[in-house]
Amino acid sequence: MEWPGRSAAAQGFCSCHVCGLVSRPQPGETAARCPRCWTKLYFRRPDSLRRCWALLLASYILYIPANLMVMMETGTLISYRKDTILSGVIHLWHNGNPGIATIVFIASILVPLFKLVVLTLLLLSVRRGSTWGIKHRIKLYRIVELVGRWSMLDIFVVTLLAALVQIQSFATVRAGAGAIAFGAVVVLTMFAAMEFDPRLMWDPLRKERTYE
Amino acid sequence: MPPGGSACCCCCGATLYRNLPDSLNRSLALTVAAAVLFLVANAFPVLGINLQGNGNAVTLLQAVQELWRQDMPLVSTLTFVTAILVPGLELVMMLYLLLPLYRGHVPPGTSLIMRLLHAIKPWGMVEVFMLGILVSLVKLVQDFRIIPGVALWSFGGLTLLLAALASSFNQRDVWAHLDLKQRRSGV
Repeated sequence: MEWPGRSAAAQGFCSCHVCGLVSRPQPGETAARCPRCWTKLYFRRPDSLRRCWALLLASYILYIPANLMVMMETGTLISYRKDTILSGVIHLWHNGNPGIATIVFIASILVPLFKLVVLTLLLLSVRRGSTWGIKHRIKLYRIVELVGRWSMLDIFVVTLLAALVQIQSFATVRAGAGAIAFGAVVVLTMFAAMEFDPRLMWDPLRKERTYE
Repeated sequence: MPPGGSACCCCCGATLYRNLPDSLNRSLALTVAAAVLFLVANAFPVLGINLQGNGNAVTLLQAVQELWRQDMPLVSTLTFVTAILVPGLELVMMLYLLLPLYRGHVPPGTSLIMRLLHAIKPWGMVEVFMLGILVSLVKLVQDFRIIPGVALWSFGGLTLLLAALASSFNQRDVWAHLDLKQRRSGV
């Protein structure tokens, strides 16, 4: 794919990521701000890749306890069980509603995994300066941004159940340490997706690079 | 551009501009409605359960407090921020912007408010919380008698209103008003 003409960035124009105003910061100005909303301007997010990697690595590490540790403890008069995310989904599938179990499976297991894998692939592709499948990669990035928030589902469910099911000795639900790790994974991957500047993926497509 | 039309980037296909008809008026109406439902949703219990005469019902805020008491401050804070604080702030800031704009003047601090709105937007998760209520309902229904609370319906309505608000509010209209004001005052 070839570029139609010179890019705005190559001509010194920068668009504000908050209000969208296109302005032309003085060449060499380090702390340029948007003349309309006073947001800091940048051609590419500063330290985008490094910060994204850091947040992503932290997410990978926390992803392990998030899946292995107990998310929720349920005790009733006749039973007591400790559920991780996956065992909770399986339990819900057999003893509840397979449809809802599928939703929880997608939100709590598929979505976080998808985010980690896709962000890793995107970061690697930018580092290699790859131009391959740019339109697909940009779509993947948008999907990651769009679906990330839905992983909070399990956190909300745990909050509601743990608060609601407190009937003396009959039935109690408690949140487990897994919930903390899981919540951290959701928040960290959301930050990682925000730090990633998708425009970096387009840069290898053009030769001139006068900004930076 | 025709009303309701939109322009897309020729390289990546992202939406660049949407011409949303009557954006500020519609957004104000939706914000007022959403604010009322938000208050109702937070004042009344979301769900109640009953087991052989013993029952319990919690509002969202009580759920957050209860989790805090159970030594889960992080999870509790996460729920508080994403389901109460951010949506509430968003509605207050929208009202602060849209009410004066409706009467034709631009409130002080508009650009700051717009930047804040931009920053907190990803963290408002009312729609996810709504799904959370439904999943909790399904999990509880085998063991308990469920008493759906007023807030359950309010959260459902709030989800729809916030979605409608997101698709009717055009930030660029606010910026255009701000530009106009600055030009008039000769800055």
